[in-house]
Amino acid sequence: MTTRTLQFKIYRYDPDQDQKPYMQDIEIEVDATDRKLLDVMVKLKAKDDSIAFRRSCREGVCGSDALNINGRNGLACLTDINSFPEGKPIMLRPLPGLPVIRDLIVDMTQFFKQYHSIKPYLINNDPPPERERLQSPEDREELNGLYECILCACCSTSCPSFWWNPDKFVGPAGLLAAYRFIADTRDQATNERLDNLEDPYRLFRCHTIMNCVDVCPKGLNPTKAIGKIKDMMVKRAI
Amino acid sequence: MSVNVTVRKFDAVIVGAGGAGLRAAIQLSEAGLKTAVLTKVFPTRSHTVAAQGGVAASLGNSEEDHWHWHMYDTVKGSDWLGDQDAIEFMCRKANECVIELEHYGMPFDRTDNGRIYQRPFGGHMSNFGEKPVRRSCAAADRTGHAMLHAMYQRNIKVNTQFFIEWMALDLIRDAEGEVLGVIAMEMETGEIHAFHSKATILATGGSGRIYYSSTNAFINTGDGVGMAARAGIPLEDMEFWQFHPTGVAGAGVLITEGVRGEGGILRNAQGERFMERYAPNAKDLASRDVVSRAMVTEINEGRGCGPNKDYVLLDITHLPPETIMKRLPGIHEIAVQFAGVDALKDPIPVVPTCHYQMGGIPTNFKGQVVVPGRRTMNEEVPGLYAAGECACASVHGANRLGTNSLLDLLVFGKSAGETAVDELKKSPKPHKELPAGAFDKTLARLDRLNTQKNGTSVHETRLTMQRTMQKHAGVFRFNDLMKEGVQKILEVQKDVQQTEIKDKSKVFNTARIEALELDNLIEVAVATMVSAEARKESRGAHVRDDAPDTPEHPNGRDDTNWLKHSLWFKEGNRLEYKSVTLRPLTVDTIALKTRAY
Repeated sequence: MTTRTLQFKIYRYDPDQDQKPYMQDIEIEVDATDRKLLDVMVKLKAKDDSIAFRRSCREGVCGSDALNINGRNGLACLTDINSFPEGKPIMLRPLPGLPVIRDLIVDMTQFFKQYHSIKPYLINNDPPPERERLQSPEDREELNGLYECILCACCSTSCPSFWWNPDKFVGPAGLLAAYRFIADTRDQATNERLDNLEDPYRLFRCHTIMNCVDVCPKGLNPTKAIGKIKDMMVKRAI
Repeated sequence: MSVNVTVRKFDAVIVGAGGAGLRAAIQLSEAGLKTAVLTKVFPTRSHTVAAQGGVAASLGNSEEDHWHWHMYDTVKGSDWLGDQDAIEFMCRKANECVIELEHYGMPFDRTDNGRIYQRPFGGHMSNFGEKPVRRSCAAADRTGHAMLHAMYQRNIKVNTQFFIEWMALDLIRDAEGEVLGVIAMEMETGEIHAFHSKATILATGGSGRIYYSSTNAFINTGDGVGMAARAGIPLEDMEFWQFHPTGVAGAGVLITEGVRGEGGILRNAQGERFMERYAPNAKDLASRDVVSRAMVTEINEGRGCGPNKDYVLLDITHLPPETIMKRLPGIHEIAVQFAGVDALKDPIPVVPTCHYQMGGIPTNFKGQVVVPGRRTMNEEVPGLYAAGECACASVHGANRLGTNSLLDLLVFGKSAGETAVDELKKSPKPHKELPAGAFDKTLARLDRLNTQKNGTSVHETRLTMQRTMQKHAGVFRFNDLMKEGVQKILEVQKDVQQTEIKDKSKVFNTARIEALELDNLIEVAVATMVSAEARKESRGAHVRDDAPDTPEHPNGRDDTNWLKHSLWFKEGNRLEYKSVTLRPLTVDTIALKTRAY
């Protein structure tokens, strides 16, 4: 089987041992069975067991292995190793803008706090019917492109507004989730949800830079959802 | 090494935040009990997220259906090894549990009249096995994702207290056998804490990573199963592993049976729809064990595809592109990503891939863990519950039907939660005192790992285990290979006891976590190999060369000697057997019959 060598530069920092972060140079042989970056990272870990990163499903649905790969956020398990330019080391860094716990593992507390702040659950105060609440296929279609979010944080951590105000700006992932509930015909809290976002920071820090759309590994469009929320705010004001 | 163990008190502790753990948590939080949910990963990263095709419930939204028909299919699917009381319980509860999810906000697909969309699935038939029925309630091909997120969201609403990125290490069990909580490690700091509780619910999912080729996530390392085995709880029916017919060849990533439910067809190198020969009635929608064996037979007889003739093709090119993009968008994505194929134009290369653990921690249908005792073979272990894939209720018996796993985790997650609430409210009492030395064994295990010199590599040892299981306990099983497999896996077990990690950091030490996971995996692997070697018949997913199809024993099944559950005990590496519950709760027994599709 033909093999080739890939060179990596990996961000390393273990607060238990290191004074400060550094970039580790490491290389590894890959063969035709290695398709994705995550396959290669597992090999790297077999070589140096101290490299720390999160991973789980390895098929792009759990959202664990989001990283900054050659300067761009993405999932290791969906990144093809043939997509890397030849002859240059592959740079692996943690997601930008969040505190680093260790190596490629970031502290996502702030990200989830923002997600939780939009009340990401269906609010419907009618007594639940005996059977399902009815929803037409067309109304259900409104949720496509929204409910598929895997909370990997690729989008929010590529957003300059989120870097500046992670405590005040909900960020693309949280706003996408907010619109997912606003758009749901079964949800009764649209007004309350809009009130919750009517603030100079929570929603309006989005300046449509669209990095979120660019990096989303699921092909979702948070900017579009944010635009729809803004439209609803305007309509409500008139 | 001296380690401080912080003790925290809770009414209940749940280990695992996948479908079963989250469903149980809703029950406990709504009842106002002080509950801790421990999870190795953020809840929505649990492997329930990867379930695709749907959850079974006889809602009858598109055609007539009945829970009794669902029950019949499940008993037949289990090759009569499933307990009929638990199966009746699950099938009757299905509608209620699915409707609840819809009320939580789960975005099911819809029929034209606004009801939950249902699609056909393997082995699900109407009128006691007559013809395929639309029973699988689906959210496109992302049902597990939609379900897990909806349940996590519901838990936010009811204020469940999560301990995220905490790995449970061992159960705390006293001399009377009562379970008093768990010992766990906070992954970020490496600190060890004890969760002292009156009820402990194991919901840690499957252990599919014992095999080399698996649809399972990296995290599916049988942690609860290993914890139970170390605490003296036997493991039930561990020889029964489901090989899903359609894992992407080479990558192992799952392609849902829903693809065949929507009209997909399996073809061999000659382009033949070979399932017509193996299951003339159900064809591509026969039970998973039947389809997997047919595929392997095609490959073994030289009709496989590709340069090495080592896979078959899953063809959906005849389906309307709108149907594929609407009902199977995730599959289209997976085929592009992992097979390099545009499924609209070309068929997808697939092979049977390890998918689901039918066996596990023995429970009754209330979610209580049961073990052989002085009076009966099913005595409750006080304080211990289990639900979902780590548990064995047993509803799947020798082979699980597609969409019954999501149903299992809903019904038994809820049931375990309800039972725990009832027990805690029925007899309110203070926490029982922790036994002396309750943490010793766990701390010794951690200490051994920290100080091991000249040991074995975690990565290499795990790989040897996975290759051994793949070769010696696969889709078809051979007497000689299984005998050899038992010896080999016991050798691997010795290596596991000497693993060495280079990384000694306290902070998010993933090398340590992987070594501790391997401690759990090996319990599952040994249990599987030993139970498989010992079961001298063919049944469901366990098919061996020396128990062939004969007139006396159709399909090689031997009800006279083997209509019984295996129980593997870690202590002494020994087996016991207990009888299958053939009597349902209210209806007549579904009588033993030869299984054909």
